[in-house]
Amino acid sequence: MSQHEITFTVNGESQSATVAARLTLVDFLRDALRLTGTHAGCEHGVCGACSVLLDGVPVRSCLTLAVQADGSEIVTVEGLAPEPGTLGILQDSFWETHALQCGFCTSGMLIASHALLAANASPTEDEIREAIGGNLCRCTGYKQIVDAIALAAERLRGSNLPAKEAADDER
Amino acid sequence: MKAAEFDYVRVASVEAACRALAEAGGDGKILAGGQTLVPMLAMRLLRPTLLVDVNRVASLQVIVAGGGEIVIGAGTRQSDALADEIVRRDLPLLAKALGFVGHVQTRNRGTVGGSIANADPAAEIALAALALDCEIVAQSVRGVRTIPIARFFQGAMTTALAADECLVELHFPAAPSGGGRGCGFHEVASRHSDFALAAAAVQLALDGEGACRSVAIAVGGVGGAPLRIDAATERLRGTTLAAEDLAAAAAIVREVVEPASDLHASADYRRRVAGALVERALLDARSEALAGRN
Ligand code: FES
Ligand code: FES
Repeated sequence: MSQHEITFTVNGESQSATVAARLTLVDFLRDALRLTGTHAGCEHGVCGACSVLLDGVPVRSCLTLAVQADGSEIVTVEGLAPEPGTLGILQDSFWETHALQCGFCTSGMLIASHALLAANASPTEDEIREAIGGNLCRCTGYKQIVDAIALAAERLRGSNLPAKEAADDER
Repeated sequence: MKAAEFDYVRVASVEAACRALAEAGGDGKILAGGQTLVPMLAMRLLRPTLLVDVNRVASLQVIVAGGGEIVIGAGTRQSDALADEIVRRDLPLLAKALGFVGHVQTRNRGTVGGSIANADPAAEIALAALALDCEIVAQSVRGVRTIPIARFFQGAMTTALAADECLVELHFPAAPSGGGRGCGFHEVASRHSDFALAAAAVQLALDGEGACRSVAIAVGGVGGAPLRIDAATERLRGTTLAAEDLAAAAAIVREVVEPASDLHASADYRRRVAGALVERALLDARSEALAGRN
């Protein structure tokens, strides 16, 4: 089996390694880099738990070989927080609307919804549901997740306004 | 679930991909988006000795229009095709079909050609490509050849591609020009973006009087491969697509298809649904065409 030298950026940090051809990106992130926020659920492309951003777009890291990520930029759920131990606006909204129970799907949901909000500041409920359509959740029934993303969208829009308008907007 | 061992090579050109496939002597596989291949490796349904990664072959990721046709590079990402101006303008049926394919995450990796090469009987891209009568260009160290899509699908997950061939381009005839053109795509699936239990694709053109100048009808998910329903096409040409014409076309569809029963749906269900979906797709296409005529 062929071995390959790869270099890529993960959450802003450059990483180099030698990987076997068959190693998937999710296994590399979790086992080699110990970035265990990205979850391995089905390992064959069905559940979305393993979603990461690859060059800015959400993909399933169980369907991407580590060697294929060579030269690219990866962002995992760990890269969404402003700094370790804190929550970004989107994550905070998940917390506030009870958008997680066991949390297994959450990292994938966060990646999918982060990508949505980066492209569309005011998504409709349908657009939110479409964006997380590839992510399975066995606990919440999705309602709270959709609420969380809508709440985060609203807050992120407000965060771009000068303080006074934002305050008016809240009321 | 982990794939068995294999070798991997990343190539920068179609020629290099063909050489690698030839050297692998039938045990090599093209790795494009990997959205079907990688799960099959993980489940060990496939055990290739070599994966030839074509993701960075730039010439495979182009969409160009000209000379009465639209050429889509086989490695074009489904999400790129879906967002592409040329596809939206000149291949509206393909654009409609792409909306049903997978999820955001899989469309960001999955390719247009990969879906066709994979030949899932219920896949939407293959169905639209069949209705649109596209031509498939394949290359190997032995040369380049063009395969009409009508001869491409040979059964579930089986195509006319040889083991050493790389799918390179899809050539779509430009949609009938002038006003009065419309298309429709409908499917029934257990969840949006799942493979279809049955699906229908229709493209047609009306003349100034509202009579049907040309029409193409294809159904998917109801047999080993997507199927053109030419008898229904015959029945509709020249008509105004009145209710009884559409009902007659649907009856032909129900007669012609030979679906199988499985865990997800019975053969009878699929047959009835295929007829109904063709009717709905025809209705959509007709109203689009009527709206565009003026
Ligand atoms: S672990 Fe990748 S989609 Fe389920
Ligand atoms: S919170 Fe448990 S799977 Fe979504």
